[in-house]
Amino acid sequence: MSALPWMQHLIVVPVLLPLLVGALLIPVAQNRHGFKFAASAVSGVLLWLLSLALLGMADGGHWPDGIGVYLASNWAAPFGIALMVDRLSALMLVLTSTIALAALVFGARRWDRVGVHFHSLFQFLLMGLNGAFLTNDLFNLFVFFEVMLAASYGLVLHGYNLRRIQAGMQYVAVNLVASLLFLIGVSLIYGATGTLNIADLTLRVAALGPQDTYLLRIGASVLALAFLTKGAMWPLGFWLPTTYAAASPPVAAMLVLMTKVGVYALLRVWLAVFGDAAGELEGFGLAALSVGGMATLLFGAVGMLASQDGGRMAGYGAIISSGTLLAVLGHSGSAVLASGLYYLIGSTLAMAAFMLLIELTERIRPPGAALLAITMEAFAIEDKPEDPVGVGIPGTLAFLGLSFVACALVISGMPPLSGFVAKFSLFHALLAMPGRVPPATWLLIALMLLAGLAAIIALMRLGVRTFWASGAVTPPRLQISEVLPVGGLVALCVALTLQAGAVFDYLSRTVDGLARSGSYTERVLGEPPVMRPAGGEVAR
Amino acid sequence: MELTLSIAVGVMFGAGVWLILRPRTFQLITGLLLMSYAVNLFIFAMGRLWVAQPPITPTPAVDPALFADPVPQGLVLTAIVIGFATTALYLVMIIGARGLTGSDHVDGEEPRE
Repeated sequence: MSALPWMQHLIVVPVLLPLLVGALLIPVAQNRHGFKFAASAVSGVLLWLLSLALLGMADGGHWPDGIGVYLASNWAAPFGIALMVDRLSALMLVLTSTIALAALVFGARRWDRVGVHFHSLFQFLLMGLNGAFLTNDLFNLFVFFEVMLAASYGLVLHGYNLRRIQAGMQYVAVNLVASLLFLIGVSLIYGATGTLNIADLTLRVAALGPQDTYLLRIGASVLALAFLTKGAMWPLGFWLPTTYAAASPPVAAMLVLMTKVGVYALLRVWLAVFGDAAGELEGFGLAALSVGGMATLLFGAVGMLASQDGGRMAGYGAIISSGTLLAVLGHSGSAVLASGLYYLIGSTLAMAAFMLLIELTERIRPPGAALLAITMEAFAIEDKPEDPVGVGIPGTLAFLGLSFVACALVISGMPPLSGFVAKFSLFHALLAMPGRVPPATWLLIALMLLAGLAAIIALMRLGVRTFWASGAVTPPRLQISEVLPVGGLVALCVALTLQAGAVFDYLSRTVDGLARSGSYTERVLGEPPVMRPAGGEVAR
Repeated sequence: MELTLSIAVGVMFGAGVWLILRPRTFQLITGLLLMSYAVNLFIFAMGRLWVAQPPITPTPAVDPALFADPVPQGLVLTAIVIGFATTALYLVMIIGARGLTGSDHVDGEEPRE
């Protein structure tokens, strides 16, 4: 690929585009649903194409070592804020924009009308997510986390009813406290090392004196608490099932992604700061992560069995998925990371599809309609969203049933879909690690199998109750805009299974890149500011 | 000065923690405010304590050890703005919850005796 100067600027567009679109949509009158949706959808499609382009550039040798660096305002790296895209962040961007597109289309006919400013908030959420995946600066990460969280507070409350308010109060309070912990962690790390740039941290960690090392340990632990609250590690994740069950389906699908942001941030910071260049601090805290992850797995499995409605079940499913990732990461650092990332992609897609699907299956049983009516009354919405009359696609029940089965298979890790491939490769990688297999590994494998069993029992119970035992079943009427996103996400899960070889190749290149912290620091800190063509000084 | 500052941070944070464990929304938000003040002071302290030293030098080639660290000052400014905004947002939610549930309990309903 030829390197054109403007292509460098593509790195910052995933942050700027949703910001602009979201801001421009605020003054547009609330009843112009069509226009708002069109603008939001155009932004969504552009972001999707852009994230694919960035993925291609990161993987296609456009940048040395597959790491693209963008110096904001042209300030050289440790002084200004550097945005960085490598294979991992490009992958997360693609995942974000895919699920965002599905959620947007799903909400198009009904959910974006039960409250105000849905599309603006949605775009700001995308800005926060993309920024968190791209930034290479700890404090900037905090800012993007806050952008994402502030938008998510609005979205969780979207379509204001009693249940959402009750869940939202807890969600917001927990996250405000977590943000304070984030600040404490960041400032302690700054106090110990004198830098906030993650690449710069990588260089400085090994050379710290004993006192500063002590501060750094405390700072990193407090910071991890903030990340793990987002990632819902037990005992920090009690807010999650209630919030997921209360949020409207498109928002719940995006929330699934937000737990992964916590895991991503942890992964990014830990691999860089406590990676191979950290000296005696290498692998700091991984044991705690492993224990916490296993406890999370157990908590998720028990919760899944105990929950009655689909929303809570999906919430516990997200907890299981987080727990698996954290336990695997803590257990073996980057050794089995490729399998872990494959699991992350598959489970996120399936959970998002499941969140959207639940609402559709609940239409088989009518009470949802009553809830919506109350919502609209409370919010004094004048123009009623069209009832889901739609065209009435034939074979809706078959579609719902098949999608449900596909999601259940991926979430519980049964063959033949990607969940099974992911779990199998995780087990294989765990058992193939050099040396004797320690008891903790067996425990982890047993817990993962147990969680899979719990998931399949719970989901089967839900499926039987919904599709077979609900008495006289009337096929619900679905809109095409509701069928497409669910079908698309399920199809992606199938494609992920079929193309597992290619995906694993990509992921192993990703992990290789992450393991070489030397080239990463060199790329970020060595990125030269752009020279002005004639005269003028370069900001340094 | 170090002692004064650390006592101030500790007392405020402790009071904040106690308050956010209380059942009323007003206590909760007061606790969050106190905690965010404590955290802001704490960030400030992480740039080490300086008295009457400018953070930025107009001329290059001076001893940087004579100047206060400007980065935490920038950080604390951002943290104040963000904390203010999110707290205001939460205040709106609390008012909404009060109107919708008729209770100022954090669970949105009075505990059953």
